[in-house]
Amino acid sequence: MTNTAAASMRASLAAVALLGCFTAPVLAGDFTGAGATFPAPVYGAWGSDYKAATGSALNYQAIGSGGGQTQILNRTVDFGASDAPMDPAKLEKGNLLQFPTVVGSVVVIVNLDGVKADELKLSGPVVADMYLGKITKWNDPVIAKMNPGVTLPDLAILPVYRSDGSGTTYVFTTYLSSVSADWKGKVGAATSVKWEAGNGAKGNDGVAGSVKNAKGAVGYVEYVYASANSLTTTQLQNKAGKFVKPTVPAFQAAAASADWASVKNFDASMIDTAGETAWPIVSATFILLPKDPKEPANSLEVMKFFDWAYAKGDEAAEKLHYIALPAAVKDRVRAAWASEIKDASGAPIWKK
Amino acid sequence: MTAISPNSAPPGVTTSLHQGASQTSKQVKDKLFHYGLVGAATLVLIILGAIIVMLFKGGLPALETFGLGFFFSTEWNPVTEEYGAGVMLYGTLITSVIAMILAFPASLGIALFLTEVAPQSLRRPIGTAVQLLAAVPSIIYGMWGFFIVVPLMSGWVQPFLTTIFGPIPLIGELFSGAPAGTGILTAGLILALMIMPFITAMFVEIFVSVPPVLKEAAYGVGATTSEVFRAVTVPYGRTAIVGAVMLGLGRALGETMAVTFVIGNANRIKSTLYAPGASIASTIANEFPEAGPGSMKLHALLELGLALFIISFLVLALARFLVRPRMGD
Repeated sequence: MTNTAAASMRASLAAVALLGCFTAPVLAGDFTGAGATFPAPVYGAWGSDYKAATGSALNYQAIGSGGGQTQILNRTVDFGASDAPMDPAKLEKGNLLQFPTVVGSVVVIVNLDGVKADELKLSGPVVADMYLGKITKWNDPVIAKMNPGVTLPDLAILPVYRSDGSGTTYVFTTYLSSVSADWKGKVGAATSVKWEAGNGAKGNDGVAGSVKNAKGAVGYVEYVYASANSLTTTQLQNKAGKFVKPTVPAFQAAAASADWASVKNFDASMIDTAGETAWPIVSATFILLPKDPKEPANSLEVMKFFDWAYAKGDEAAEKLHYIALPAAVKDRVRAAWASEIKDASGAPIWKK
Repeated sequence: MTAISPNSAPPGVTTSLHQGASQTSKQVKDKLFHYGLVGAATLVLIILGAIIVMLFKGGLPALETFGLGFFFSTEWNPVTEEYGAGVMLYGTLITSVIAMILAFPASLGIALFLTEVAPQSLRRPIGTAVQLLAAVPSIIYGMWGFFIVVPLMSGWVQPFLTTIFGPIPLIGELFSGAPAGTGILTAGLILALMIMPFITAMFVEIFVSVPPVLKEAAYGVGATTSEVFRAVTVPYGRTAIVGAVMLGLGRALGETMAVTFVIGNANRIKSTLYAPGASIASTIANEFPEAGPGSMKLHALLELGLALFIISFLVLALARFLVRPRMGD
């Protein structure tokens, strides 16, 4: 009772919050998914291309990763979507297969007079100290030392973070935890955390707006959002010690250097990878699919859709500034479909 | 529930049978109508009950884990799964109080102007404008607050307030710190603007209902407009005025979107009103979509919802209690 009531309340709240999430009647060959907001634009683009190509329509509701996890655990949708990888124990208990679809990245943005995009150099520990409230002025010697030739004002640093729980925050705080022991001990990584300093704003547009509103502000947004709105991004120092600019090749380098072979549930970390040219804050977004689907025909539709997206959707994804998965990872996912997703008789649903 | 068996019909139906079929069918229709109305009214109670049960059961694990300390603890840490409602309760109450302090005198002034001072030709347009303001969706106030009011607060209002109040001990503390624009004070201001038209509309109703003979008698003995207002209108409608204020407070307590935009969303309590904070409603709006199924965070959010439900219920019940006797006459 509590669970269903909570789930339905969650669903209705989320629908209200998103202003205009409505459920279309489900037709034959149509399939439904719900969850992560970060990949919603690319799932939308793939969905309309796929409908034009095959006639089957995807109904995707971007209600948030937590909502997506609840809905797929209750089996009210054909697939769930989550930015943060799901807890392995919960995956096991819910009998779900988790696989990645696209890769995205998070960038740091600033509002400083006279500082151009990709001009300012920052390191992970420095960003962590800003959000911990330890570095409070832009002309702090630590920042100045990294940026010879850039005039930094005697201005208070105003950190801005996402107030709503989000996959972006999960990725960003995971990065800060991996580069700063102080951050890991005091704050940690999650879709929302106990921030030590700064202001919270709702959504990527809220963070971008707050940074624009206040001189000296620093924030983090998905690259997709920063590039579409020409925000002032910064360079970051990667694990190899090199300062890199947030560019598509730098994200691809991170995706390529991740270790996909040895991890379970495709939970490969692309945070702070070793590559010389790799951008340090990169992460995949995931799909959750039941291993024992109630309606095998719908699950087959879901797998066909993502198979099509892997084969033909890279261009659409890159147009929206997402990074496609390496080909080897895609094949690994297809193999997982064949071996893990089974109908009532135990026969694999995906045969290719 | 609405199905009727012949046995359940009252005696009137059987005695009227000989009067013709049309009479019977009319009575059956009336019966159906009656049960339909009862059903509709019961539905409201069922929904109210279901909400209370859902919030109570959903929040119970949080209460069991953290005890009554949940309502006082200022810790809200999703990473360590420690939750307390202290920051949100403080934020909800302080923003609503600021809103009342700002909105009450303004509403009183507008309502007095509309009922006593304004020429007849101005009353309708201004009255309509007030009602239109009351109908503006809260998300619009939120966006307007975020893009227009926040930069104004950060650039002008907060530095100005700091120079005025800063040197005064204790009060100066409230207006100190970096003028970020967002924060408790801005949230209170936006809330005040949102509930002002609502309260004003009710004040106008109250003032209009004051018997003209009382006011005319006061004017007759030489009282000025402000004297009539202080000595006749306000005392006559005092209970209803307090009730209207409470209704406005009830709205301010639960306001979500507009507050989420401007409050700064930080789980900290600071002495300055410029500091970011969080309200119950804004925290639920922010955290709900990413609260995992069956997680302690979800339980804590439902418990927060229950707390808000109880506070709003008490305030509204008090308001109804105060408004009823006067408005009834």
